[in-house]
Amino acid sequence: MMTSARHPQILPSLPAAAGVGYKPQHFAALTTDPGAVRWLEIHAENYMGAGGRPLAQLRHLADSFPISVHGVGLSIGGEAALDPDHLSRLGHLCDWLQPASFSEHLAWSTHDSAFLNDLLPLPYTDATLTRVADHIDRVQEVLGRQMLLENPSSYLAFAESSWEEPAFLAELTRRTGCGLLLDVNNVFVSATNLGFSPQAYIEAFPLDQVAEIHLGGHDAQADDHGAPLLIDSHGAPVADPVWALLEHVLAGSGARPLLIEWDTDVPDWPVLAAEARRADAALQEAAPSRVPAWA
Amino acid sequence: MSHAAKTLTIASALATALTLTAQTEAQAQSKEKCYGVALAGQNDCAAGPGTTCAGTSTMDYQGNSWKLVDAGTCMDMKLPAMMDGTPRMGSLEPLDRDRPA
Amino acid sequence: MGVTETEFTQALLAPDLPVPEGLCDAAGHPAGRRFAVYRNNVAVSLTRALHEGFPVIARLLGPDNMDGLAGLFLRAHPPRSPVLMLYGATFPAFLEGLEQLAHLGYLGDVARLELALRQSYHAADAEPVDAAALAALPPDRLAASRLTLAPAVRLVRSPWPIHDIWRFNTEADAPQPRATAQDVLVVRPEYDPRPVLLPAGGAVFLAALRDGVPLAEADAAARRAAEAFALAPLLAELLSGGAITGIAPASSEGEG
Repeated sequence: MMTSARHPQILPSLPAAAGVGYKPQHFAALTTDPGAVRWLEIHAENYMGAGGRPLAQLRHLADSFPISVHGVGLSIGGEAALDPDHLSRLGHLCDWLQPASFSEHLAWSTHDSAFLNDLLPLPYTDATLTRVADHIDRVQEVLGRQMLLENPSSYLAFAESSWEEPAFLAELTRRTGCGLLLDVNNVFVSATNLGFSPQAYIEAFPLDQVAEIHLGGHDAQADDHGAPLLIDSHGAPVADPVWALLEHVLAGSGARPLLIEWDTDVPDWPVLAAEARRADAALQEAAPSRVPAWA
Repeated sequence: MSHAAKTLTIASALATALTLTAQTEAQAQSKEKCYGVALAGQNDCAAGPGTTCAGTSTMDYQGNSWKLVDAGTCMDMKLPAMMDGTPRMGSLEPLDRDRPA
Repeated sequence: MGVTETEFTQALLAPDLPVPEGLCDAAGHPAGRRFAVYRNNVAVSLTRALHEGFPVIARLLGPDNMDGLAGLFLRAHPPRSPVLMLYGATFPAFLEGLEQLAHLGYLGDVARLELALRQSYHAADAEPVDAAALAALPPDRLAASRLTLAPAVRLVRSPWPIHDIWRFNTEADAPQPRATAQDVLVVRPEYDPRPVLLPAGGAVFLAALRDGVPLAEADAAARRAAEAFALAPLLAELLSGGAITGIAPASSEGEG
């Protein structure tokens, strides 16, 4: 894993403990009583201004918490070459912050220079595999560090896909030396929406490559045929079946850095802190990491 | 105005400014204010939009058509001379309006 | 042949276009409403971004009008960068170009003020000069000094009462806007941008400072524009707003 000859940099690692996605309204609470929260994740793009409060807060938080930088706008799954300006912004942020981790999504969001602010899906074919692997190579080259790639929430499938998602991700780690960020809620959402077994997905997933786990809440709708259609809204508590699926994951992976994402209808701190406590409890019950900790 | 008079005008304006500033500095800002958010428990509006990695259940019905309906505070503002679309020109030209100063 | 990104994007932004073929559910049915999830994600998230970026415009027009305008704008002017904090730079001109809004001529400049506040919020930090250092200068050197303004300083000039309109829509019990032209200075002491209503001549003074004109000459230019221009209160605003970050002596030509 981290012994990959191409990306030898030893990085500070995230603890195998609970973290939360950072929201500015929780700044005061986090700096006085973080509870079970041991690390924080930020969206890279929200810290690419020239200065002001966002960067001041981040500087302050980085003194107390390991920080995970989570990109949402690199369009790694896109057809076009990666945006060099955006890569250099990411490089600048990582050089300055020296975060414990950098992750991005198996998705695209930019087409013809229009940024669509959503994680859009791609077909899983030999051609897209090569393209995404090239993009990951480029990111790791520019950042001089290993990146983690996250599995998406899917609402539809591509008829042309010839790879299953876990195998596609496993092959990407093999080709590029990247690690994986396993979003357990995304697995549950995609499994429900596309009618596969979430447990089977986890069994096929290369858990030894997982360096971080995400949990978040989802909403429920129905499609044109009345079939359930779950939306990865990050606007609710983590659903019970997702907690159950997490146990299944942790039984295979051992304890891993575990993040609660709550991005819309963000609750007051005590509610989020309670979710983090629950995540922490799940980690306590899990076996210690089965594979050597990263870094 | 002579050069010397001009010079003294500037110096005395600064002296006056300093007495005005001393009063405002009495309410110096704390570190909490500095790092924290403007209003406790609220998002900082001035920050503007951020990115998201979440989806939404909200439907978008807008598409590419829109018709102005009467709503909002523009109906409450009493700017009779200006509601006809004619700007009230002051002594200033609206030049390079949002150029960084 | 599969679905291309171009087809996907076009259908994403045009709700009246059919869902591209080759997208399906688990049973192989056409994706239908499932594709609408992505359409909603894009349109709703960018609509929210515009509400957050232009809260006063949203209040002036009401949320439904703002939703509708955002729907038009995000399709005509999608973000050109994944850094969304400054999204909407072309929104003021877009508002001015809409016939339906022609009777609300002030909207564009109010949007410019909101944009300026946002740019100020995210601008680079800079240490303000110590007022004492300024006061310590001999009068003739002070008069000939060029002042450097903080990166967070913005100037918005308008034939409309944009400061009054902004206050009317952000402060409880703010008075009715007056029918007058208003220029606004944005300063950012620490981290919170603050709009300051400029007196007549104030914008000329600031534009001169920005162009590297020495203090006394900038003052003279402001007086030529407005006889009653008073330097002291504006200097006080600049000092308390942390807006002056450098004093260059008279001799240094071509700085700033």
